[in-house]
Amino acid sequence: MIAVQGRPERVPIAAATAPRSGFQAERLLVIDPLTRRFGDYRIRELPQLFGPGDLLVVNDAATLPASLQVEPQLELRLVSVEADGSFRAIAFGAGDFRQATEQRGAPRPLHDGERLLFGSELAARVVHVDPQASRLIRLRFESSGAAFWSALYRYGKPIQYSYANQPLQLWDVQNRYAARPWAFELPSAGHPLTFEALFEIEKRGAALTHVTHAASISSTGSEELDARLPLAERYEIGTEAARALTQARHEGGRVIAAGTSVVRALEGHADRNGSVAAGSGETSLRLSSSYEPRVVAGLLTGLHEPGTSHFELLEAFAPKQLLLRAVDHAARTGYLQHEFGDSCLVLAGALLERLAA
Amino acid sequence: MNLNGKSVLLTGASRGLGRALAEQLARAGARIVMVARSEPELERIAAAIREAGGEAHTLVADVGRKQDVYPLAGAAAALVGPIDVLIHNASALGPVPLRLLLDTECEDLSHVLETNVVGPFRLSKVIAGSMALRKTGTILHISSDASVSAYERWGAYSVSKAALDHLSRLWAAELAERGVRVLSVDPGEMDTRMHAQAMPEADPATLARPADVAERIVALLADETVPSGSRIEAQSWRAA
Repeated sequence: MIAVQGRPERVPIAAATAPRSGFQAERLLVIDPLTRRFGDYRIRELPQLFGPGDLLVVNDAATLPASLQVEPQLELRLVSVEADGSFRAIAFGAGDFRQATEQRGAPRPLHDGERLLFGSELAARVVHVDPQASRLIRLRFESSGAAFWSALYRYGKPIQYSYANQPLQLWDVQNRYAARPWAFELPSAGHPLTFEALFEIEKRGAALTHVTHAASISSTGSEELDARLPLAERYEIGTEAARALTQARHEGGRVIAAGTSVVRALEGHADRNGSVAAGSGETSLRLSSSYEPRVVAGLLTGLHEPGTSHFELLEAFAPKQLLLRAVDHAARTGYLQHEFGDSCLVLAGALLERLAA
Repeated sequence: MNLNGKSVLLTGASRGLGRALAEQLARAGARIVMVARSEPELERIAAAIREAGGEAHTLVADVGRKQDVYPLAGAAAALVGPIDVLIHNASALGPVPLRLLLDTECEDLSHVLETNVVGPFRLSKVIAGSMALRKTGTILHISSDASVSAYERWGAYSVSKAALDHLSRLWAAELAERGVRVLSVDPGEMDTRMHAQAMPEADPATLARPADVAERIVALLADETVPSGSRIEAQSWRAA
């Protein structure tokens, strides 16, 4: 360990550079704010941490091919769909997926009314350029229905990541239970969840339900744009989910969210007392240490470095000092981060029984 | 099951039984995504369905290609929402005239298996996860009597349909407690282009009309007393 002025240097968490094939062997760091402990597990052991009455909520959004190349030096990443059917997008300049977003060149200016051609069957018109951030635009595609969706899937690619060792295919960025393509980036907390694990969680008397949330871009490469994240993201909470949430609430079951997108949908939609009705809407809720969750008791997520917005969000569920110790342990013992990385469960009381045993 | 308002994904929708199924499902009020490998015929049939007040969308894809399946599933769910009914109707006969096993190229067998077994498996895998999560849904495999009887010269197709039948039973077993019903239906001999290619000498007058068989299959889908995992012969099936 290298010490600088008596303080141990922070070790970065290594990146998982490709989708993983180690069926359920991915690691799971369990952080328990109640006992102020953390422990090493594997994803296959996740069901053991659930008990009767608990409720796991996943985001069933499939991931869109949200990256569109307009010109060799102009990429658009779709980031949201508006109520009027137009899309918001962020422009990226020279470079490709091997470069971190902050190292990409500035895109050429885009103009209101400009027509963008993505391929012979897909074109759009720029209908708005954000006055504060010219890389953020709104565009309207010229086609609709099956013609639009076929063309989007034909010309679009999944948003790529600089840490990946090869370009990601559409199937690399889908969760096993994905349905409607609402997400602009993979809701990655669900990626290691196998049906083996999901069925086992149910066998233990816990319940499983889903919301749909349009998880969007996590990094734009620009500080001023990043400061505006998360952008308003749409979500839908079905009657089945609302029923399951009400039941868990009445019976004292813990609600565990698979991913920050689920937290945002549930906390953003809940009323003051933490009750969640069926419905849909948009949320730009940003969670941090000052936020007190009203619905979600626990969070299954990836490993996140201190200083990121995801880490900040974790602070709504566990004290910072505990998180820092746990993440330092993770970094030093080879946990992997990013979309295909290892997992982390923050849940009060998760390690109680282990302690007693 | 009331098919009204249900979202249906149907492969091989441009001809024969697939076309008849699309027309009758639309009449029952289903919102249909029709899939086939080529556009013009498919779009013409969908336009006629829409003209008659039905909801039909068309997607061009080859279910035997992995590159096609994920875009297909994504676009379908974008158009009609999470899929309630998935019908695997597309299939490949292999080279015609049909030939003896001793004359069958391994590559031809592989191709038929890709289209008739691996393709449906892949598409089911992409869609059934959401069904299992929502605890609802029906998957229907269109089989053939060649999956049971060993007719000479039907080798590649026969083997693929036998595998598809068993795949159907396996899905049913694994999804039994998940509210997802999985069926396999043998439509019997019909007056279709595929039948004419396989048996050009057959008299069309002796063959069932695809529309009549489709009507039975739609009734079968609606009938919830048919247990998951069943293999049903459409032409002799009667509603309970």
